[in-house]
Amino acid sequence: MVDYRACREAYSTTILQIAKEDPSIIVVSSDARGSCGLSSYVETLPEQFVEVGIAEQNEIGIAAGLSVVGLKPYVCAPACFLTARSLEQIKVDVAYSHQNVKILGVSGGISYGALGASHHTLHDIAALRCFPNLDVILPSDAIQTIAVLKEVSKTKRATYIRIGREKVPVIYDPEKERDSYTYGKANTLVEGSDVTIIACGETVYHSREAARRLLEKGVSARVLDMATLKPLDNEAILKAAAETGRIVTVEEHSIYGGLGAAVSQVVGANNPVPVLNLGLPDEYLVTGTGLELYKHYGLDVQGIAQRVLSFLEDK
Amino acid sequence: MDIKSLKIQAFETRKAILQMIYTARAGHTGGSLSAADLMTALFFKILQLDPRNPKWEGRDYFVLSKGHCVEAYWAVLAHRGFFPKDELATFSQFESRLIGHPNNEVPGVEVNTGALGHGLSISVGMAIGLKKRKMTNRVFTLLGDGELGEGSVWEGAMAGGHYELDNLIAIIDRNHLQISGSTEDVMTLEPLAEKWKSFGWSVKEIDGNSMEEIVNVLTSVPFERDKPSLIIAHTIKGKGVDEMENLAKWHHGVPDSELFERAMNRLETMKQGVLNG
Repeated sequence: MVDYRACREAYSTTILQIAKEDPSIIVVSSDARGSCGLSSYVETLPEQFVEVGIAEQNEIGIAAGLSVVGLKPYVCAPACFLTARSLEQIKVDVAYSHQNVKILGVSGGISYGALGASHHTLHDIAALRCFPNLDVILPSDAIQTIAVLKEVSKTKRATYIRIGREKVPVIYDPEKERDSYTYGKANTLVEGSDVTIIACGETVYHSREAARRLLEKGVSARVLDMATLKPLDNEAILKAAAETGRIVTVEEHSIYGGLGAAVSQVVGANNPVPVLNLGLPDEYLVTGTGLELYKHYGLDVQGIAQRVLSFLEDK
Repeated sequence: MDIKSLKIQAFETRKAILQMIYTARAGHTGGSLSAADLMTALFFKILQLDPRNPKWEGRDYFVLSKGHCVEAYWAVLAHRGFFPKDELATFSQFESRLIGHPNNEVPGVEVNTGALGHGLSISVGMAIGLKKRKMTNRVFTLLGDGELGEGSVWEGAMAGGHYELDNLIAIIDRNHLQISGSTEDVMTLEPLAEKWKSFGWSVKEIDGNSMEEIVNVLTSVPFERDKPSLIIAHTIKGKGVDEMENLAKWHHGVPDSELFERAMNRLETMKQGVLNG
């Protein structure tokens, strides 16, 4: 039986847990306590919460100010607004100013599938990887979300974490939560020698299942969970290039500027093997739920498996 | 520092601003000069600070929201002892830390600014955080009037009123000019005081180039309990150099050698006048 859990619930429960132990943690919200699952946090720790209203620019600025005076702000808001409306504040107030602000973009990617392009976040990896001093992390399931939050809470680094909304399959063993995430390191979920599928965020599960289906067809596909988009695990990428000769990237992001572009850059500069980038096309998407869109754009298990097969046939 | 000494220091601040801009052949001249008296009063009289220990827990916090007027900031920080005055000669030079906008790798600078409309929100965050930490430090921020076109300023203004931040003092350098001309021609700001009052701030207006009025108003904050304080400081863009005063073209104009020498000599003469007066 596949266990389904929402990363959104995992992160909100974890923040409450770590904030109870550290009174300097302050959650900052832009009228998003409902959409970010913070009701219980606000009830339990009202003194460790700042509401800014629907004002994402002010939200990031306030968080930077809280950091300057020695507090540890966690900004929680829908990723689509947070990483577009307040992009300049993330750049200047947080990253450039070296402030310890954790930015949690909730319901990212196409979590809000049917709400339209205004609510899609398909640019965040591209935009945020360009800011020095800012880490970018996309956990792949609820267990890794917990591990990521616990890990970043120990650092003073500005960090962006994108979290999905819906319940998604659990990939990692809840009993071995700590093993699910190492800062800046990819996890090898499946060993393989014919091709490597490198995925991030909620496409990781679909990639792993695709690898299982490929194995039935005689293709040995390695699967890497590249949770940390910055700093990128170049070593794992180049090892995959050397050992499997072909790489397929999968992500819930525009095909421009995301994981695919990052991996292609590393491979192109060091060991140019063929790379196929799977992601969302450079167009405003059709209407549908996240899963319907995954299927439509070939990011579901069948779509990934099929495209990997075609890619290998091109040899 | 008494008023006379502050006035004398303000001449030194202006001379340092002109010297930096003349040497670098770049800078934001008009706004740095309009803010020179405010910046001098803040760093030599008002702010609780320790130049030998810039991160001192008890310090008042300052944010230069109009970050382009950094020459005034570098001048007062150097003259107050945060770093050697000689370093001012490196302003905008290759690999200098004295960048053309505030850089918090320099002692005395809390955050990097330069993109307009950010400083008030950051200051609001500091003020909320200090209250949460039950600390009595104050937060001062200096905004430009042209900067008030940024919507984020009003988000910050709303939050300042909402959270009743009487530990927050915002000052507007109201020189009435921005790069394209009169603020009222570019985008009407008036009635400015009424706008801020309606956002929950306690507002006072002063002559922002009068040291007496600056010190008087800044030593009477907060104006009201449970309200953030706003000072509309009416100033003259380019103040102190006749040829630059009230002219938008000096927003980032660089003087030639003749004007530079004349202006420096005149400032020195005026300073001597105050010294002997």
